[in-house]
Amino acid sequence: MEINKELILKVAKNSRLKLTEKEAEEFVPQFKEILNSFSKLDEIKTEKVKPSFHPIEIKNHLREDIVKESIETNELLKNTKNKKENYFLGPKAL
Amino acid sequence: MKVQEFIKKVQDKDINIVEHIHKVLEECKKINKEYHYLNTISEELALKQAEQIKKNPKGKLAGLPISIKDSICVKDIESTAGSKILKGYKPYFHATAVEKAIKEGVIIIGKTAQDEFGFGGFSTNAGVDFEIPLNPFDKNRATGGSSGGAGGLTQKASFPNIGLGECTGGSIESPASFCGVFGLVPTYGRVSRYGLIDYGNSLDKLGPLGKNIYDCALMMEVISGYDEKDSTSLNKEVDSYTKYLKKDIKGLKIGVIKEAFSDGTDNSVKKNVWNGIKKLEKQGCTYKEISLPITMKYGISTYYTLATTEASTNLAKYCGMRYGASEEIKGNFDEYFTNVRSKNFGKEAKRRIMLGTFARMSGFRDAYYIKAAKVRSLIIEEYKKAFNNFDILITPTMPILPPTFKELEKLTPLQDYMMDIMTVSPNLAGLPHINIPVGFEKSLPIGMMIISDHLQEGKLIQVGKEFDN
Repeated sequence: MEINKELILKVAKNSRLKLTEKEAEEFVPQFKEILNSFSKLDEIKTEKVKPSFHPIEIKNHLREDIVKESIETNELLKNTKNKKENYFLGPKAL
Repeated sequence: MKVQEFIKKVQDKDINIVEHIHKVLEECKKINKEYHYLNTISEELALKQAEQIKKNPKGKLAGLPISIKDSICVKDIESTAGSKILKGYKPYFHATAVEKAIKEGVIIIGKTAQDEFGFGGFSTNAGVDFEIPLNPFDKNRATGGSSGGAGGLTQKASFPNIGLGECTGGSIESPASFCGVFGLVPTYGRVSRYGLIDYGNSLDKLGPLGKNIYDCALMMEVISGYDEKDSTSLNKEVDSYTKYLKKDIKGLKIGVIKEAFSDGTDNSVKKNVWNGIKKLEKQGCTYKEISLPITMKYGISTYYTLATTEASTNLAKYCGMRYGASEEIKGNFDEYFTNVRSKNFGKEAKRRIMLGTFARMSGFRDAYYIKAAKVRSLIIEEYKKAFNNFDILITPTMPILPPTFKELEKLTPLQDYMMDIMTVSPNLAGLPHINIPVGFEKSLPIGMMIISDHLQEGKLIQVGKEFDN
């Protein structure tokens, strides 16, 4: 897998980031170095090993499905200027 | 004055707490001008809390000033996690740990500086338009990170205080080491993550920084415990941590991880940490050098693969709509989100989001993300085996002395990540660990790291007290 500017720009697009020309050029050698070090893990045999998505065993905590007091709409809208009446205002979906 | 003496005086009404907090805030402003430890000083809240304590001086932490890392939510106080993309965000709730501390009478003095979203080991990756905190012992050097503001303020403040920090792969113990204070990282799930602006969900932990071991023990008693609002919270009884301050360490078995003392570790660091181990031996502990080959060789690659993957999904929610930075709404969804994110994330945040996005892209997921999750299992297993024979494990906390900003500028991102070699692995395994200030070299502090088995925080406190001021 070749790490080049094209791949960097593709990953940036998937990440919803627009890089400057300079950033994209800087990232190429840096990503080569970092991803090469990630690939060091290939040295270890893991066919029979189960992955750990948490460091300790996590049990599901279930609760009763009871309606509880929640946050007021006004409070929620306080942190944005993009709002209309009781709703958040966002960009066009289509 | 020590924290416990201060709290006693507040409870006995021997201190005019409102007057005291006025002085504390003045000192914070003065320190901040020079050292940049606080992103926000919560003056109004602190004075309000001081008035309440004056009327009712109760609680285990009555009247004690505490600082909160900027990634931990405090109701109505700007909480940015050091990122421009969260500029202006005032949470409408307290993090559970903050709520618990308030119930015990703390006074919140402000939000401490950090690497953006915790993305760094030196606090030099502050977000766009944020200041970088400076080491309390030498302003040309880094505080460590990412809880750098917490480390610096805890050390520099003349008044008794505790810092509440957060750690993903070394963010409490690194600044504790470089700033010469104690910093305790609890078992994963011991302290609720509710209200934490997350970096990596399977790695994040909240924990205290303090000048004395007592401060960490006391704070742990307050903030630990099960929380139904955090699905990964541990439903296990909370230990009485302060009791361990009186417990003898005689007979404790220590495993010294020999890979941590290799050529990559500074000689002065090795010397001081060995002095610490010898001190414990004199107190009746026994030690043996052991090897953790997978953990020490592959910890960095495993950690950075998993942490960036988790970060890339966590940071997908920042899109300039409901809170934080926003722009005039124009263009379609993708154009608008891309515009806000590109302008407001700093360079390291962009780098980590992209590394994580790559590691879970179709075709690469198994080779990177799943592979790293499997190696994580092997690392946990290696530690668990070691704990069959030893009570605690010891390494230096950081392999180097606090570096100068000039030295850091020369590092490539990978060389920078490599500095976390000691700290990432206990974090991958969710093991409790602590930085203990163990000596000085060239007037700069050196830290020793003690790791114990899951939920054995008591042993860290038991050992830590041997090095108390």
